[in-house]
Amino acid sequence: MTAVLTAPAELPAVDDARVVRRRVGPGRRVPFATLVGPLLLLALWFLGSATGLIAPETLSEPWTVVTAFQTLIEDGRLQENLLTSATRAGLGLALGVAVGAGLAILSGLSRLGEAVIDGPVQIKRSIPSLALIPLLILWFGIGEQMKILTIALGVLVPIYIHTHNGLRGIDGRYAELAQTVDIRRSEFIRSVVLPGALPGFLLGLRFAVTSALLALVVVEQVNSTSGIGHMITLASSYGQTDVIVVGLVLYAVLGLVADTTLRIIERKALTWRRTLEG
Amino acid sequence: MATHPGGLTPSSAPDGTAVRVRDLTRSFSEAGGVLDGLDLDIAQGEFVALIGRSGSGKSTLLRALAGLDRDVSGAGTVDVPDSVSVVFQDSRLLPWKRVLDNVTFGLRGKGATERGRTALAEVGLEGRERAWPHELSGGEQQRAALARSLVREPRLLLADEPFGALDALTRIRMHVLLRRLCEAHRPAVLLVTHDVDEAIVLADRVIVLDDGVVASDIRVELAGRRSQADPEFAALRARLLAQLGVEDDHEAPVSRRAPSHLDRRAAS
Repeated sequence: MTAVLTAPAELPAVDDARVVRRRVGPGRRVPFATLVGPLLLLALWFLGSATGLIAPETLSEPWTVVTAFQTLIEDGRLQENLLTSATRAGLGLALGVAVGAGLAILSGLSRLGEAVIDGPVQIKRSIPSLALIPLLILWFGIGEQMKILTIALGVLVPIYIHTHNGLRGIDGRYAELAQTVDIRRSEFIRSVVLPGALPGFLLGLRFAVTSALLALVVVEQVNSTSGIGHMITLASSYGQTDVIVVGLVLYAVLGLVADTTLRIIERKALTWRRTLEG
Repeated sequence: MATHPGGLTPSSAPDGTAVRVRDLTRSFSEAGGVLDGLDLDIAQGEFVALIGRSGSGKSTLLRALAGLDRDVSGAGTVDVPDSVSVVFQDSRLLPWKRVLDNVTFGLRGKGATERGRTALAEVGLEGRERAWPHELSGGEQQRAALARSLVREPRLLLADEPFGALDALTRIRMHVLLRRLCEAHRPAVLLVTHDVDEAIVLADRVIVLDDGVVASDIRVELAGRRSQADPEFAALRARLLAQLGVEDDHEAPVSRRAPSHLDRRAAS
């Protein structure tokens, strides 16, 4: 709002008597803008604990959490649990993404595929993956298999929906052009279908990461003997709010790292797009 | 104005026909045909412009020659060369491919990249190989589309109002360019346009399509520079416009234009 009707600072204002329209787009990119919100929350927490507004039984002070972090790292529990959780989430994500994208391509490119695949996926969409856990436990036990499958099932749906949507949204005129330059179907898929569906796929991937973390939290708190979720459940029964907070911070870090990575991939992969993001 | 040295006469090979269409019928509904028993020949290297009112079947004919009318019912025979290129009204560059990759899209074999570079240089887009399509202006995009069609060395070039979306000045430059490229590569050309001037400036023959058949087939016999100042140009223009049901607007005296503006519109 401050930039309305003022000349840019780097230009001599004397010679630059122009009227600048109010910007309606989001404007220039601010470096590290995504960090502003989290840092603000952190500051509030510090303030609340220091003034005694937040009781330690409710939420440990930030410095206690830092000490808990150090202890957990020193005895190796943090690294071990983080690795277990990250592996679970990663495997589930990879499986779900591969299956979801594969199904979306099959269903997007052939009428038969759509007839066979689309219905079941839409039905699956209305059943929360977490509701399937009892059945999955019966089928696969309470081991890693069940956990990874639960995560994969949660990931599959957003990947499928958004990739399929991206595929169907590809301009039909490009298919017509492909016919006139006489290309093979495999090259059509490689040059037109996949790049055209990529924006949808990447959007689906961001939703998928969120689903994967949600499923991770749930499967780790049900019948688990390792992982961040197990660490949190254990701490809960001993009333260690500092360890609980450490676990939550780890989940947050996992999510943040995944989302940032995806944003970077998205920006690199979609340089051809000209959008408001600039 | 576009210039071109001499009249372009087709190189008449023993069997010098590039396109042969016989008794072509196409219809989108039971009620009426869009094309109704149309015959058309285009010689090798000949530049034919196709004009007609909207709905006269211009685009339908072009799509039939391009083999893009699988879902349209009809009958008749269409003979076209093996290598046919199409230029559309929109450049239809794939937004996720750089300009050079767009030009060589679907091109197989060694040296495709080199041929793509040459084609880009030919249309004056040297140095823009690595640009994204959205970084080009409308005229540049259409030039890239021309490069994409010519890099395939087509024996028939089909163009569906390729300059329709460009501004007047860019359009004039594109006329010069297209004329030059056609003289160099000598494909047979079928240019669909609604611009009578464009048809006269560019073509060896102008075909007027009406009600699904060829209403008239006029050879453009203008030597040397084709200029709108030329009385023969003006005569041909008036003749073609009359065929399309338009009175020549240039005949109205300028001084009377403003007051009679509304009357003339009401009369037409």
